Amino acid sequence: MENVLGFVALASGLIIGLGAIGACIGIGLMGGKFIEASARQPELMNELQTKMFLLAGLIDAAFLIGVGIAMMFAFANPFVLTP
Amino acid sequence: MATEAGPTASEYIVHHLTHLNTTGAAQKNIVDFGVFNLDSLFYSVGLGLFTVFLLYRAAQKATSGVPGRFQAAVEILVEMVSNQAKGIIHREESRRFVAPLALTVFVWIFLMNAMDLLPVDLLPRIWEAIYGAAGGDPHHAYQRVVPTADLNVTLGLSIGVLLICLWYNVKIKGFGGWVHELFSAPFGKHPLLAPINFLMQIIEFAAKTISHGMRLFGNMYAGELVFMLIALMGGAWVAGSGISGPLLWIGHVLAGTIWAIFHILIITLQAFIFMMLTLVYIGQAHESH
Repeated sequence: MENVLGFVALASGLIIGLGAIGACIGIGLMGGKFIEASARQPELMNELQTKMFLLAGLIDAAFLIGVGIAMMFAFANPFVLTP
Repeated sequence: MATEAGPTASEYIVHHLTHLNTTGAAQKNIVDFGVFNLDSLFYSVGLGLFTVFLLYRAAQKATSGVPGRFQAAVEILVEMVSNQAKGIIHREESRRFVAPLALTVFVWIFLMNAMDLLPVDLLPRIWEAIYGAAGGDPHHAYQRVVPTADLNVTLGLSIGVLLICLWYNVKIKGFGGWVHELFSAPFGKHPLLAPINFLMQIIEFAAKTISHGMRLFGNMYAGELVFMLIALMGGAWVAGSGISGPLLWIGHVLAGTIWAIFHILIITLQAFIFMMLTLVYIGQAHESH
Protein backbone atom coordinates (compact mmCIF):
# COMPACT_ATOMS: atom_id res chain seq x y z
CA MET A 1 0.00 0.00 0.00
CA GLU A 2 2.71 2.50 1.00
CA ASN A 3 4.71 1.43 -2.03
CA VAL A 4 1.83 2.20 -4.31
CA LEU A 5 1.28 5.58 -2.69
CA GLY A 6 4.94 6.47 -3.05
CA PHE A 7 5.07 5.44 -6.68
CA VAL A 8 1.92 7.38 -7.48
CA ALA A 9 3.37 10.47 -5.82
CA LEU A 10 6.54 10.08 -7.89
CA ALA A 11 4.49 9.54 -11.03
CA SER A 12 2.45 12.69 -10.37
CA GLY A 13 5.62 14.69 -9.98
CA LEU A 14 7.04 13.27 -13.19
CA ILE A 15 3.85 13.92 -15.14
CA ILE A 16 3.78 17.56 -14.09
CA GLY A 17 7.52 18.13 -14.31
CA LEU A 18 8.17 16.56 -17.70
CA GLY A 19 5.01 18.10 -19.11
CA ALA A 20 6.10 21.49 -17.84
CA ILE A 21 9.51 21.12 -19.52
CA GLY A 22 7.89 20.42 -22.86
CA ALA A 23 5.28 23.13 -22.58
CA CYS A 24 7.81 25.73 -21.46
CA ILE A 25 10.23 24.94 -24.28
CA GLY A 26 7.35 25.12 -26.74
CA ILE A 27 6.01 28.42 -25.41
CA GLY A 28 9.53 29.84 -25.24
CA LEU A 29 10.35 28.92 -28.82
CA MET A 30 7.07 30.25 -30.10
CA GLY A 31 7.23 33.46 -28.09
CA GLY A 32 10.76 34.09 -29.28
CA LYS A 33 9.81 33.54 -32.89
CA PHE A 34 6.79 35.81 -32.48
CA ILE A 35 8.90 38.64 -31.11
CA GLU A 36 11.45 38.09 -33.85
CA ALA A 37 8.82 38.07 -36.56
CA SER A 38 7.06 41.16 -35.27
CA ALA A 39 10.37 42.99 -35.04
CA ARG A 40 10.94 42.24 -38.70
CA GLN A 41 7.43 43.05 -39.81
CA PRO A 42 5.55 45.06 -37.18
CA GLU A 43 2.52 45.41 -39.45
CA LEU A 44 1.84 41.70 -39.09
CA MET A 45 1.78 41.86 -35.30
CA ASN A 46 -2.00 41.78 -34.71
CA GLU A 47 -2.56 38.95 -37.12
CA LEU A 48 0.28 36.94 -35.63
CA GLN A 49 -0.85 37.62 -32.10
CA THR A 50 -4.18 35.85 -32.61
CA LYS A 51 -2.39 32.87 -34.06
CA MET A 52 0.17 32.90 -31.25
CA PHE A 53 -2.51 32.78 -28.59
CA LEU A 54 -4.26 29.97 -30.41
CA LEU A 55 -1.06 27.98 -30.54
CA ALA A 56 -0.22 28.86 -26.94
CA GLY A 57 -3.50 27.28 -25.95
CA LEU A 58 -2.73 24.21 -28.04
CA ILE A 59 0.75 23.85 -26.51
CA ASP A 60 -0.56 24.44 -23.02
CA ALA A 61 -3.36 21.95 -23.38
CA ALA A 62 -1.31 18.75 -23.26
CA PHE A 63 0.50 20.00 -20.18
CA LEU A 64 -2.68 21.04 -18.42
CA ILE A 65 -4.33 17.72 -19.21
CA GLY A 66 -1.29 16.13 -17.56
CA VAL A 67 -1.65 18.37 -14.52
CA GLY A 68 -5.30 17.42 -14.24
CA ILE A 69 -4.51 13.73 -14.39
CA ALA A 70 -1.65 14.08 -11.89
CA MET A 71 -3.90 15.99 -9.51
CA MET A 72 -6.52 13.31 -9.80
CA PHE A 73 -3.90 10.67 -9.00
CA ALA A 74 -2.80 12.66 -5.99
CA PHE A 75 -6.20 13.33 -4.46
CA ALA A 76 -8.66 10.80 -5.76
CA ASN A 77 -6.20 7.98 -6.23
CA PRO A 78 -7.72 5.27 -8.42
CA PHE A 79 -4.86 2.83 -7.68
CA VAL A 80 -5.53 2.61 -3.97
CA LEU A 81 -8.88 1.04 -3.23
CA THR A 82 -10.50 2.98 -0.43
CA PRO A 83 -12.64 0.77 1.79
CA MET B 1 -22.48 20.27 11.73
CA ALA B 2 -20.14 22.17 14.04
CA THR B 3 -19.45 19.20 16.28
CA GLU B 4 -18.55 16.92 13.37
CA ALA B 5 -14.99 16.73 12.17
CA GLY B 6 -14.60 18.21 8.70
CA PRO B 7 -13.75 16.01 5.73
CA THR B 8 -10.12 15.20 5.06
CA ALA B 9 -8.42 16.77 2.04
CA SER B 10 -8.92 13.64 -0.02
CA GLU B 11 -12.57 13.30 0.99
CA TYR B 12 -13.20 16.94 0.16
CA ILE B 13 -11.75 16.56 -3.34
CA VAL B 14 -13.55 13.29 -4.01
CA HIS B 15 -16.81 14.81 -2.82
CA HIS B 16 -16.37 17.74 -5.16
CA LEU B 17 -15.45 15.51 -8.08
CA THR B 18 -18.59 13.41 -7.82
CA HIS B 19 -21.43 14.27 -10.14
CA LEU B 20 -25.03 14.53 -9.15
CA ASN B 21 -26.28 11.69 -11.33
CA THR B 22 -29.34 9.57 -11.66
CA THR B 23 -27.94 6.77 -9.46
CA GLY B 24 -27.33 9.09 -6.53
CA ALA B 25 -23.82 7.73 -5.94
CA ALA B 26 -20.45 7.95 -7.64
CA GLN B 27 -20.32 6.34 -11.07
CA LYS B 28 -18.73 2.91 -10.78
CA ASN B 29 -17.82 1.93 -14.32
CA ILE B 30 -15.80 4.13 -16.59
CA VAL B 31 -18.32 3.82 -19.39
CA ASP B 32 -21.94 3.56 -18.36
CA PHE B 33 -24.59 4.86 -20.69
CA GLY B 34 -27.35 4.37 -18.14
CA VAL B 35 -26.07 7.18 -15.93
CA PHE B 36 -26.98 10.80 -16.54
CA ASN B 37 -25.04 13.57 -14.85
CA LEU B 38 -27.92 15.82 -13.87
CA ASP B 39 -25.73 18.70 -12.75
CA SER B 40 -23.84 18.92 -16.04
CA LEU B 41 -27.09 18.66 -17.97
CA PHE B 42 -28.75 21.34 -15.86
CA TYR B 43 -25.92 23.87 -16.07
CA SER B 44 -25.08 23.30 -19.72
CA VAL B 45 -28.68 23.51 -20.90
CA GLY B 46 -29.33 26.45 -18.59
CA LEU B 47 -26.32 28.34 -19.87
CA GLY B 48 -27.20 27.40 -23.45
CA LEU B 49 -30.64 28.94 -23.02
CA PHE B 50 -29.02 31.97 -21.40
CA THR B 51 -26.71 32.34 -24.43
CA VAL B 52 -29.63 32.20 -26.80
CA PHE B 53 -31.56 34.69 -24.70
CA LEU B 54 -28.59 37.06 -24.48
CA LEU B 55 -27.91 37.08 -28.22
CA TYR B 56 -31.63 37.29 -28.98
CA ARG B 57 -31.93 40.35 -26.76
CA ALA B 58 -28.96 41.92 -28.50
CA ALA B 59 -30.46 41.27 -31.93
CA GLN B 60 -33.88 42.56 -30.88
CA LYS B 61 -32.68 45.81 -29.45
CA ALA B 62 -30.11 46.47 -32.17
CA THR B 63 -30.29 49.96 -33.61
CA SER B 64 -28.52 51.41 -36.59
CA GLY B 65 -27.85 54.53 -34.55
CA VAL B 66 -25.26 54.88 -31.82
CA PRO B 67 -25.02 51.45 -30.21
CA GLY B 68 -25.08 50.96 -26.47
CA ARG B 69 -22.27 49.18 -24.67
CA PHE B 70 -23.93 45.79 -24.78
CA GLN B 71 -24.74 46.04 -28.46
CA ALA B 72 -21.21 47.21 -29.22
CA ALA B 73 -19.75 44.25 -27.33
CA VAL B 74 -21.96 41.77 -29.18
CA GLU B 75 -21.14 43.46 -32.49
CA ILE B 76 -17.39 43.17 -31.83
CA LEU B 77 -17.89 39.52 -30.96
CA VAL B 78 -19.97 38.75 -34.04
CA GLU B 79 -17.53 40.57 -36.27
CA MET B 80 -14.57 38.71 -34.78
CA VAL B 81 -16.21 35.32 -35.34
CA SER B 82 -17.37 36.30 -38.80
CA ASN B 83 -13.85 37.40 -39.77
CA GLN B 84 -12.35 34.16 -38.53
CA ALA B 85 -14.98 32.18 -40.41
CA LYS B 86 -14.27 34.14 -43.59
CA GLY B 87 -10.59 33.33 -43.34
CA ILE B 88 -11.16 29.60 -42.98
CA ILE B 89 -14.34 28.68 -44.83
CA HIS B 90 -14.47 30.09 -48.31
CA ARG B 91 -17.89 28.82 -49.36
CA GLU B 92 -20.40 31.54 -48.61
CA GLU B 93 -23.39 29.25 -48.42
CA SER B 94 -21.85 27.11 -45.67
CA ARG B 95 -20.69 30.16 -43.82
CA ARG B 96 -24.27 31.24 -43.34
CA PHE B 97 -24.73 28.20 -41.09
CA VAL B 98 -21.22 27.71 -39.76
CA ALA B 99 -20.45 31.26 -38.60
CA PRO B 100 -23.49 31.43 -36.25
CA LEU B 101 -22.61 27.93 -35.09
CA ALA B 102 -19.10 29.08 -34.22
CA LEU B 103 -20.51 32.11 -32.40
CA THR B 104 -22.86 29.93 -30.36
CA VAL B 105 -20.06 27.50 -29.56
CA PHE B 106 -17.80 30.33 -28.45
CA VAL B 107 -20.30 32.10 -26.20
CA TRP B 108 -21.72 28.88 -24.81
CA ILE B 109 -18.36 27.35 -23.94
CA PHE B 110 -17.13 30.64 -22.56
CA LEU B 111 -20.10 30.81 -20.20
CA MET B 112 -19.73 27.16 -19.19
CA ASN B 113 -16.04 27.72 -18.48
CA ALA B 114 -16.83 30.90 -16.59
CA MET B 115 -18.71 28.83 -14.00
CA ASP B 116 -15.20 27.96 -12.80
CA LEU B 117 -14.76 31.52 -11.57
CA LEU B 118 -17.57 31.19 -9.03
CA PRO B 119 -16.29 30.23 -5.58
CA VAL B 120 -15.83 26.44 -5.57
CA ASP B 121 -18.08 25.86 -2.59
CA LEU B 122 -20.82 28.38 -3.33
CA LEU B 123 -23.26 26.36 -5.43
CA PRO B 124 -22.43 22.95 -3.86
CA ARG B 125 -23.14 24.43 -0.40
CA ILE B 126 -26.45 25.88 -1.55
CA TRP B 127 -27.37 22.54 -3.06
CA GLU B 128 -26.31 20.79 0.17
CA ALA B 129 -28.62 23.07 2.14
CA ILE B 130 -31.52 22.45 -0.24
CA TYR B 131 -30.88 18.71 -0.28
CA GLY B 132 -30.61 18.63 3.50
CA ALA B 133 -33.78 20.66 3.91
CA ALA B 134 -35.58 18.22 1.61
CA GLY B 135 -34.66 15.42 3.99
CA GLY B 136 -31.61 13.99 2.21
CA ASP B 137 -28.22 13.24 3.67
CA PRO B 138 -26.07 16.31 2.98
CA HIS B 139 -22.99 14.08 2.67
CA HIS B 140 -24.47 12.67 -0.51
CA ALA B 141 -25.44 16.05 -1.95
CA TYR B 142 -23.04 16.02 -4.88
CA GLN B 143 -22.76 18.92 -7.25
CA ARG B 144 -20.29 19.97 -9.92
CA VAL B 145 -20.91 23.35 -11.42
CA VAL B 146 -18.51 23.40 -14.38
CA PRO B 147 -20.14 21.45 -17.22
CA THR B 148 -16.98 21.58 -19.37
CA ALA B 149 -15.00 19.85 -16.60
CA ASP B 150 -17.19 16.83 -17.39
CA LEU B 151 -15.74 14.67 -20.15
CA ASN B 152 -19.24 13.72 -21.32
CA VAL B 153 -20.09 17.31 -22.18
CA THR B 154 -16.86 18.13 -24.02
CA LEU B 155 -16.83 14.88 -25.96
CA GLY B 156 -20.50 15.44 -26.74
CA LEU B 157 -19.62 18.83 -28.21
CA SER B 158 -16.71 17.45 -30.22
CA ILE B 159 -18.80 14.57 -31.55
CA GLY B 160 -21.39 17.13 -32.58
CA VAL B 161 -18.66 18.90 -34.56
CA LEU B 162 -17.63 15.56 -36.08
CA LEU B 163 -21.19 14.91 -37.25
CA ILE B 164 -21.34 18.35 -38.87
CA CYS B 165 -17.99 17.63 -40.56
CA LEU B 166 -19.33 14.36 -41.95
CA TRP B 167 -22.47 16.13 -43.14
CA TYR B 168 -20.42 18.74 -45.00
CA ASN B 169 -18.15 16.07 -46.41
CA VAL B 170 -21.18 14.37 -47.96
CA LYS B 171 -22.80 17.64 -48.96
CA ILE B 172 -19.79 19.17 -50.71
CA LYS B 173 -18.24 16.10 -52.31
CA GLY B 174 -21.32 13.96 -52.73
CA PHE B 175 -21.55 10.60 -51.03
CA GLY B 176 -19.62 8.86 -53.80
CA GLY B 177 -16.95 11.51 -53.89
CA TRP B 178 -16.48 11.32 -50.17
CA VAL B 179 -16.20 7.53 -50.15
CA HIS B 180 -13.71 7.84 -53.00
CA GLU B 181 -11.70 10.29 -50.95
CA LEU B 182 -11.82 8.05 -47.89
CA PHE B 183 -10.12 5.31 -49.88
CA SER B 184 -7.77 7.37 -52.04
CA ALA B 185 -6.39 10.10 -49.76
CA PRO B 186 -3.75 10.70 -48.39
CA PHE B 187 -1.48 8.22 -50.23
CA GLY B 188 -2.95 7.73 -53.67
CA LYS B 189 -5.46 5.88 -55.81
CA HIS B 190 -3.74 2.54 -56.07
CA PRO B 191 -6.17 -0.24 -54.99
CA LEU B 192 -3.50 -1.81 -52.80
CA LEU B 193 -3.26 1.42 -50.83
CA ALA B 194 -7.02 1.66 -50.25
CA PRO B 195 -7.12 -0.11 -46.85
CA ILE B 196 -4.17 1.95 -45.56
CA ASN B 197 -5.78 5.16 -46.74
CA PHE B 198 -9.06 4.22 -45.13
CA LEU B 199 -7.33 3.39 -41.86
CA MET B 200 -5.48 6.70 -41.88
CA GLN B 201 -8.72 8.59 -42.49
CA ILE B 202 -10.48 6.82 -39.63
CA ILE B 203 -7.53 7.51 -37.31
CA GLU B 204 -7.56 11.14 -38.38
CA PHE B 205 -11.26 11.57 -37.62
CA ALA B 206 -10.96 9.79 -34.27
CA ALA B 207 -7.84 11.72 -33.20
CA LYS B 208 -9.38 15.04 -34.21
CA THR B 209 -12.58 14.42 -32.30
CA ILE B 210 -10.97 13.02 -29.15
CA SER B 211 -8.25 15.64 -28.87
CA HIS B 212 -10.84 18.34 -29.54
CA GLY B 213 -12.91 17.25 -26.56
CA MET B 214 -10.06 16.20 -24.29
CA ARG B 215 -8.26 19.53 -24.65
CA LEU B 216 -11.17 21.52 -23.27
CA PHE B 217 -11.89 18.92 -20.60
CA GLY B 218 -8.28 18.70 -19.44
CA ASN B 219 -7.88 22.43 -19.09
CA MET B 220 -11.11 22.91 -17.20
CA TYR B 221 -10.61 19.86 -15.00
CA ALA B 222 -7.10 20.89 -14.02
CA GLY B 223 -8.29 24.43 -13.37
CA GLU B 224 -11.16 23.22 -11.19
CA LEU B 225 -8.81 20.99 -9.20
CA VAL B 226 -6.36 23.80 -8.58
CA PHE B 227 -9.23 25.96 -7.31
CA MET B 228 -10.16 23.13 -4.94
CA LEU B 229 -6.58 22.85 -3.70
CA ILE B 230 -6.52 26.59 -3.06
CA ALA B 231 -9.80 26.26 -1.17
CA LEU B 232 -8.23 23.44 0.87
CA MET B 233 -5.31 25.68 1.72
CA GLY B 234 -7.79 28.22 3.07
CA GLY B 235 -9.55 25.42 4.94
CA ALA B 236 -6.28 24.37 6.57
CA TRP B 237 -6.19 27.84 8.11
CA VAL B 238 -8.68 26.72 10.76
CA ALA B 239 -6.60 23.66 11.63
CA GLY B 240 -3.26 25.45 11.58
CA SER B 241 -1.86 26.89 14.80
CA GLY B 242 0.44 29.80 15.55
CA ILE B 243 1.92 31.65 12.61
CA SER B 244 0.94 29.03 9.99
CA GLY B 245 -2.74 29.97 10.28
CA PRO B 246 -2.57 33.58 9.07
CA LEU B 247 0.11 32.64 6.54
CA LEU B 248 -2.17 30.00 5.04
CA TRP B 249 -4.97 32.54 4.86
CA ILE B 250 -2.76 35.05 3.06
CA GLY B 251 -1.55 32.27 0.77
CA HIS B 252 -5.13 31.29 0.04
CA VAL B 253 -6.14 34.82 -0.93
CA LEU B 254 -2.99 35.40 -2.98
CA ALA B 255 -3.04 32.08 -4.80
CA GLY B 256 -6.78 32.31 -5.38
CA THR B 257 -6.49 35.79 -6.86
CA ILE B 258 -3.57 34.91 -9.12
CA TRP B 259 -5.10 31.69 -10.35
CA ALA B 260 -8.49 33.30 -10.94
CA ILE B 261 -6.91 36.07 -13.02
CA PHE B 262 -4.86 33.55 -14.99
CA HIS B 263 -7.98 31.46 -15.42
CA ILE B 264 -9.84 34.34 -17.07
CA LEU B 265 -7.23 34.03 -19.83
CA ILE B 266 -7.53 30.25 -19.96
CA ILE B 267 -11.31 30.09 -20.19
CA THR B 268 -11.41 32.66 -22.98
CA LEU B 269 -8.53 31.02 -24.81
CA GLN B 270 -10.04 27.55 -24.58
CA ALA B 271 -13.43 28.75 -25.79
CA PHE B 272 -11.66 30.53 -28.66
CA ILE B 273 -9.58 27.46 -29.52
CA PHE B 274 -12.62 25.23 -29.49
CA MET B 275 -14.37 27.64 -31.85
CA MET B 276 -11.33 27.96 -34.13
CA LEU B 277 -10.87 24.21 -34.33
CA THR B 278 -14.55 23.78 -35.08
CA LEU B 279 -14.09 26.16 -38.00
CA VAL B 280 -10.85 24.49 -39.11
CA TYR B 281 -12.35 20.99 -39.06
CA ILE B 282 -15.44 22.09 -40.97
CA GLY B 283 -13.15 23.96 -43.36
CA GLN B 284 -11.21 20.74 -43.93
CA ALA B 285 -14.43 19.02 -44.86
CA HIS B 286 -14.75 21.53 -47.69
CA GLU B 287 -11.35 20.82 -49.17
CA SER B 288 -10.95 17.98 -51.58
CA HIS B 289 -7.64 16.24 -51.92
